[in-house]
Amino acid sequence: MEMVNLTINGVKVQAPKNATILEAAKSAGIHIPTLCYHPDLKPEGACRLCVVEATGARGLVASCCYPVAEGMVVQTNTAQVRKARRLVVELLLASHPKGCLSCRKSGDCELQRIAADLDVRNHRFDWGERKTYTLDDSNPCLVRDQEKCILCGRCIRMCRDVQGMNVYSFARRGFHAMVAAAFEQDLSKVACSFCGQCSAVCPTAAIMEKDDTERVWDAIHDPDKIVVCQVAPSVRVALGEEVGLAPGSIVTGKMVAGLKAMGFDKVFDTNFSADLTIMEEGHEFVDRLQHGGVLPMVTSCSPGWVNMCELKYPDLLPHLSTAKSPQGMFGAVIKTYWAEKANVNPAKIVSVSVMPCIAKKAECVRPQLRDSGFQDVDIVITTRELGKMLREDGIDFTRLPDAEFDSPLGYGSGAGAIFGTTGGVMEAALRTVADVVTGQDIQQVDYKAVRGFEETKEATLNIAGKEIRIAVCNTLGSAMKMMDRVRAGTANYHFIEVMACPGGCIGGGGQPIPTSKAIKKKRMEAIYSIDSNSKIRKSHENPEIKILYDTWMGKPLGEKAHRLLHTHYSPQNR
Amino acid sequence: MASQATNIAVVGGTDADHAKIDIILKKYEGQKGSLIPILQDTQDLYNYLPRKALEYIAEQTGNPISAIYGVVTFYSQFHLNPRGRNIVRVCQGTACHVRGGKTILETMEKALGVKAGHTTDDARFTLETIACLGACGMAPVMQINGETHGRLTPEIIPEILAKYK
Repeated sequence: MEMVNLTINGVKVQAPKNATILEAAKSAGIHIPTLCYHPDLKPEGACRLCVVEATGARGLVASCCYPVAEGMVVQTNTAQVRKARRLVVELLLASHPKGCLSCRKSGDCELQRIAADLDVRNHRFDWGERKTYTLDDSNPCLVRDQEKCILCGRCIRMCRDVQGMNVYSFARRGFHAMVAAAFEQDLSKVACSFCGQCSAVCPTAAIMEKDDTERVWDAIHDPDKIVVCQVAPSVRVALGEEVGLAPGSIVTGKMVAGLKAMGFDKVFDTNFSADLTIMEEGHEFVDRLQHGGVLPMVTSCSPGWVNMCELKYPDLLPHLSTAKSPQGMFGAVIKTYWAEKANVNPAKIVSVSVMPCIAKKAECVRPQLRDSGFQDVDIVITTRELGKMLREDGIDFTRLPDAEFDSPLGYGSGAGAIFGTTGGVMEAALRTVADVVTGQDIQQVDYKAVRGFEETKEATLNIAGKEIRIAVCNTLGSAMKMMDRVRAGTANYHFIEVMACPGGCIGGGGQPIPTSKAIKKKRMEAIYSIDSNSKIRKSHENPEIKILYDTWMGKPLGEKAHRLLHTHYSPQNR
Repeated sequence: MASQATNIAVVGGTDADHAKIDIILKKYEGQKGSLIPILQDTQDLYNYLPRKALEYIAEQTGNPISAIYGVVTFYSQFHLNPRGRNIVRVCQGTACHVRGGKTILETMEKALGVKAGHTTDDARFTLETIACLGACGMAPVMQINGETHGRLTPEIIPEILAKYK
């Protein structure tokens, strides 16, 4: 890579020729404040907060977009830069609500932090006109409070460039400029997958997950309710960030202890139902393969992806595995199998799930997911919401003694654990499929070809003499490209895994903020270390799974399994 | 009223509409950056941009409907609501301003019973403002359907309006 030499604040810096000033400064440990910039998105230079002085440039330049050059001299903290930067923040604050104390984003808000960092105390332009908008809380997942929007455009870039959904665009002009869905409709009226990636990159409270924590507290404080929860595989490798631990910290035991301390009666593991999903989905795949079913079969555990398929590819719904997501399976099993075992009236159970995911909030209210005779999962909270609840409860997280998940439904194999990352569902399925097809206990369980961050991965495997072609997609943008190929008949695969979010659930829309590829990488490593440290790494070898099938469920794809563990999809027209 | 509202909701979405829009799309087929001309030609068909027409253009061109909405709301030349048979543009530029452009606008608003930016109930007039028509020598001026009327006084307004049915 061709390198250039430049000087930033008197420090000699080497940077790749195509780097921006911001990247070069960062590599040299020089901090430049940013707002519209996000490490995972294309820079746009919209907010002008990152302006610097650079030789060869007229006036101040936006360092997030401006390329470095040989011999360039950059100053990031001159009087002129400071003045300009502060003015940017002052002008943003001029039309921004001042209710920081009661704002949900308080403490996590980038605008708030930058205003404090730059010591903007004097609101010179407070007399200015304010924009007023109606709150959009029309859907179960996301709340848009546009009065808090600073027009950084991160949500637009995420939704357009990464997810390919194009829900948002800038609309209108000047003072009236806004981020809008088509015709300024509410999100419930447009083709939004509810992946929530917009909320993961929003620097303020303009787009946030719908807060369901109060409903959880109400249930916990109701003595007549039995409040149980399940926790998704990727929450345990991210929750630590909510309590100040380094990304990639594995906090399984403390998380369980924390949930119990908060007042949950039982804490179960979604890794268990991830194994259950593999039992059903793996057998479904083998069945489709051997009996001429619709191929490629596509995974269905990511509800953002399922929404996208129902919205944009209704003709391809037969490709989706009919196996419910792990959350969905767990919901059905808790209010039937577990209620029976524990001798509990299912009507009294409040089933909560802790998910990395925003779209799970919409999944749990799907009319299809009421096979227990009740709404199978009652409330979904995200990793961020759990973090908030732990703080609210005053739990000293790091000092909690590790606790174990409740049993049964509390044990998950390594295969269940890796559901939390892109490639994980595929790898987990292959471990079981290989054993089922060959009738052997295959020792090689690492399928490295499906691991990693690339948006589309593919591999050809030889299982019992048969060539199996697989593909793994993460991000809805790459899923769209793949589904276009499926539609055109050029996707020559047997099995495709799709996860809506970048990196899979570790990068879910409900995961801790800030989020970036570097942070997700740590979470991913943590997930794989949970797997490699597991004694049991195949779903079908999970003893609790065996007991469930042997004593109650019957066979995978059997009558009971069909009724409780499988679902159907319908086109959505929004 | 109800039937009229229903009509508006389907404008741009019938087979006949699609056939007309197809002709426009054909004209710009394969040309990059042709969204704005397509929108202009479509607006010429309807006098405004019906929502169904925009949705059809999005579907056919592959431009996201959110982005098309962004373009349409950015440029003041595009209109999302039906417009009157006669378009009145009252100049509010500097020269007109100092020569009583504001009074002319107020007189027009009173005469038509609508504020600037709106259309009369009988769809006879749409009243708009404009920053400068480049006819400062005739200030204050307004344009109706492209015809310029200058040296306006509140008194001569009714006479001018009477010419436009």
